[in-house]
Amino acid sequence: MRNPKKFLLPIVAALSLVALAACTSSGTTGGAGAPSANPAAHEGGTLHLVAASAGGTLDPQVNYTLQYWQLYQGAYDGLITYARTGGAKSEVIVPDLATALPTVSADGKTYTFTLRKGIKFSTGKTVTTTDVVDSFRRLFKVSSPNAGSWYNVIVGADACLKKPASCTLDGGVVADAGSNTVTFNLTQPDPEFEAQLAMPFASVLPATTPAKDLGTTPIPTTGPYYFASYSPTKSLVMKRNTYFKPWSADASPVGYPDEIDETFGLTAEAEVTAVENGQADWMYDTPPSDRLVEISNKYSSQAHVNPLTAMWYLGLNTNIAPFNNEQARQAINWAVDRSSIVKLYGGTSLAQPACTILPPNFPGHVNTCAYTKGGGDTWKAPDLTKAKQLVAQSGTAGQSIGVVVQNDSVNQSIGLYMVSLLNQLGYKATLKPLSDNIQYNYIQNTNNHVQMSLTQWYQDYPAASDFLQVLLSCASFHPGSDSSINIAGYCNKDLDAQMTAADTQGLTDQKGADAAWGSIDKAYMAESPLVPLFTPKLVDFTSSRVKNYEFSAQYYMLVDQVWLK
Amino acid sequence: MSGATVTEGTPPPAPRSIGPWRVGLGQLLRNPVAVVAFVVLLLIVVVCLAAPLYAGDIAHTDAFRSNVTATTIINGHRVSVLQQNKQGLGLGVEPIGPTWNLSGYFLGADGQGRDVFARLLYGGRTTLLIGFVSAVACCVLGAFVGLIAGYFGGVVDWILSRLLDLIWAFPVYLLAISLSVVLLTNGLRLGPIDIEPDNLALPIMIITLIYIPYVARPLRGQVLSLKGREFIKASIGLGAGDWRILRREVLRNILPTVIVFIPLMTALNMLTESALSFLSIGVQPPNASWGTIINDGLDLLYTRPAVALAPGIMLVITAVAFNLLGDSVRDALDPKAKLRGSI
Repeated sequence: MRNPKKFLLPIVAALSLVALAACTSSGTTGGAGAPSANPAAHEGGTLHLVAASAGGTLDPQVNYTLQYWQLYQGAYDGLITYARTGGAKSEVIVPDLATALPTVSADGKTYTFTLRKGIKFSTGKTVTTTDVVDSFRRLFKVSSPNAGSWYNVIVGADACLKKPASCTLDGGVVADAGSNTVTFNLTQPDPEFEAQLAMPFASVLPATTPAKDLGTTPIPTTGPYYFASYSPTKSLVMKRNTYFKPWSADASPVGYPDEIDETFGLTAEAEVTAVENGQADWMYDTPPSDRLVEISNKYSSQAHVNPLTAMWYLGLNTNIAPFNNEQARQAINWAVDRSSIVKLYGGTSLAQPACTILPPNFPGHVNTCAYTKGGGDTWKAPDLTKAKQLVAQSGTAGQSIGVVVQNDSVNQSIGLYMVSLLNQLGYKATLKPLSDNIQYNYIQNTNNHVQMSLTQWYQDYPAASDFLQVLLSCASFHPGSDSSINIAGYCNKDLDAQMTAADTQGLTDQKGADAAWGSIDKAYMAESPLVPLFTPKLVDFTSSRVKNYEFSAQYYMLVDQVWLK
Repeated sequence: MSGATVTEGTPPPAPRSIGPWRVGLGQLLRNPVAVVAFVVLLLIVVVCLAAPLYAGDIAHTDAFRSNVTATTIINGHRVSVLQQNKQGLGLGVEPIGPTWNLSGYFLGADGQGRDVFARLLYGGRTTLLIGFVSAVACCVLGAFVGLIAGYFGGVVDWILSRLLDLIWAFPVYLLAISLSVVLLTNGLRLGPIDIEPDNLALPIMIITLIYIPYVARPLRGQVLSLKGREFIKASIGLGAGDWRILRREVLRNILPTVIVFIPLMTALNMLTESALSFLSIGVQPPNASWGTIINDGLDLLYTRPAVALAPGIMLVITAVAFNLLGDSVRDALDPKAKLRGSI
């Protein structure tokens, strides 16, 4: 998933926990991090969050932003979920509304869940198997963003994708009220199906929920909180769900604050000041660069730095000049000084140069660096001479290149560096900053003839396919569409076939599959449809009264698990 | 006795009269405010023109290229111009502050590792160039429109006046922003005209267009007033053609007003250019103008305020100097002008 701050990212940081712990400068738990003998003593208070803007629709089957995925963790539940805790366990899938992880048939095409009894929605209505089935039908009816790419393996999904309004998923999701079970029948085995069921899109909602994006209208929840009000121009308020009775400390723990509110409309500068002054407890947006030093030096105990499984990269449009020329694309990979870009992002404490598409410590990642001066497994320095030679050989020197970036300071800063570099290489480059709200869709649409764009990708769940297949497969390229996540427009059928084979191999031989993904990553880098720049880290800045900070690799700070008392 | 012999009965030659331009110039030179403003402007222009000299021969830097890995020498030690924070959690990178040493980074570095002082000088060239050229263009085009509309009247006046109304109907910055967004996205391609988005001609054209009514309107009124005066009627009576009357009689009478407009419009246009560039819809990076440098400094306001303050101060000084000079020129050339204060 893309920008954690905008389109967001679910994340399952596939960083090994060891790396996670090692790289977390202030730890995954902050303040009084040790478990209390009496957790109930820490309940109470109102947690104040601040953000520059709202995250869009509140509908959990439509919203695809980290901003609200973080909040959904205290509100919505699916049959299974990622453990809501900090550390390594946050990458583990645990049963949620289901009593246990699914029973999977030998052919890998049938998943059976038993629903817990006695769980109620925030309206007081009991959750039934009918709610589960209707929730999956609704997922197609509201055209959930990943309905066609994640849940299309369910029997009947094809028909639902063609005619969402009449979606029944006949034979695909089958409820048995007698045994209180729900069975999913797939058209083919899918090694990532469980991970996809653990995403907020698969939240269980009341069967009576209208089959349309409900926008600002809150939908009843099953978790410890419900959404009491939402005004995208002002604020969002979550209050305790009085019908909530804890059933799993791993999947849906009791929240500590009595109320959580998020106020919109502050600048990032104002957010920092509000947190420093104790007027807010946490800021959603990344602290601006001119405040990082201040936060680092004066408020170090309130700053929490965590590594992400993500990648900032340049997409090179392989279908138009000059990057329809492989040598021109390779020249950019040779020329980019990753250490300079890391500096522009905030320095070595916040990012590491990247050489591969798969992030470090991610399934399939191989330590290798095809484009570094002097060779080696890690990036050392750019080779401008080689880059200039390649530009000359490609015959593309002198051509105009537009570099499309988001108009925030960090993106513009990196874009400006790229313009300068491209001019050095002999191109005639111009910077084209666009509003955060439209840039991501703009760069995907081939009608806009974007040659080079700066963007980010954050994992949805820890699988190599979530990077390579999503970002570079032929199926992800949709000319003329705003939803063409293969921004490079690169289509290599041989590599597509290799990815399909690696996917299948993963069902029986994960180690072999990981090796295959590593080779595919290398093959893509040789073709250079994109330029990996760096692997970022996340800074959470909290007020001094916030304790028990926990960082989930999947959903970042566990908002409702902080103590205010 | 020396000198020419005076012939009896021949009247002595009349003393040469001093023309209005010379009178005006004399008044200007006797006005200390005008002199100070002019000297300040001259100094700023000269310093800005010396930008390549400073960047190339003194600081040895490229003001337009990102220089993230650059180093400089401070107190005998070579240091990186973008310094990684090493305290606390080690977050953030800070550009170095002013070295107060002309050999490099006199006003410190910006977020791209570029010499702020070098960019300030280059930025001044750009801002002054755009401000002055667009002011002259405004005055020339505005005078032309005002002359034609006011002198010929009738349908010609109606059409030109409505066009001016149309431009004037838009809030000036809204119109400028709209034009900038459209033109700076893909440049201007109109038949044989092909102007790239980063060409300075675009902000000049935009600013000229939005301010033409501010010059044309008062000049049209002045022409209408002149048209009824005796000397114009006398010219018509003597059989002079329209264009001759326009050129020889009308234009000469409105010329002082046009000249008064130039410094005032230059100040106004500089501010407009800076505002647009600050909003990223004026001068395009990596080119520099004082507006773009203020924008660059916005992200460094807490740590390196000099980056934003320096161009801001330069802008204020220059705009004030142009306005004072403009007022003085008006007092000298057009003392009866009703319009006072800035445009």
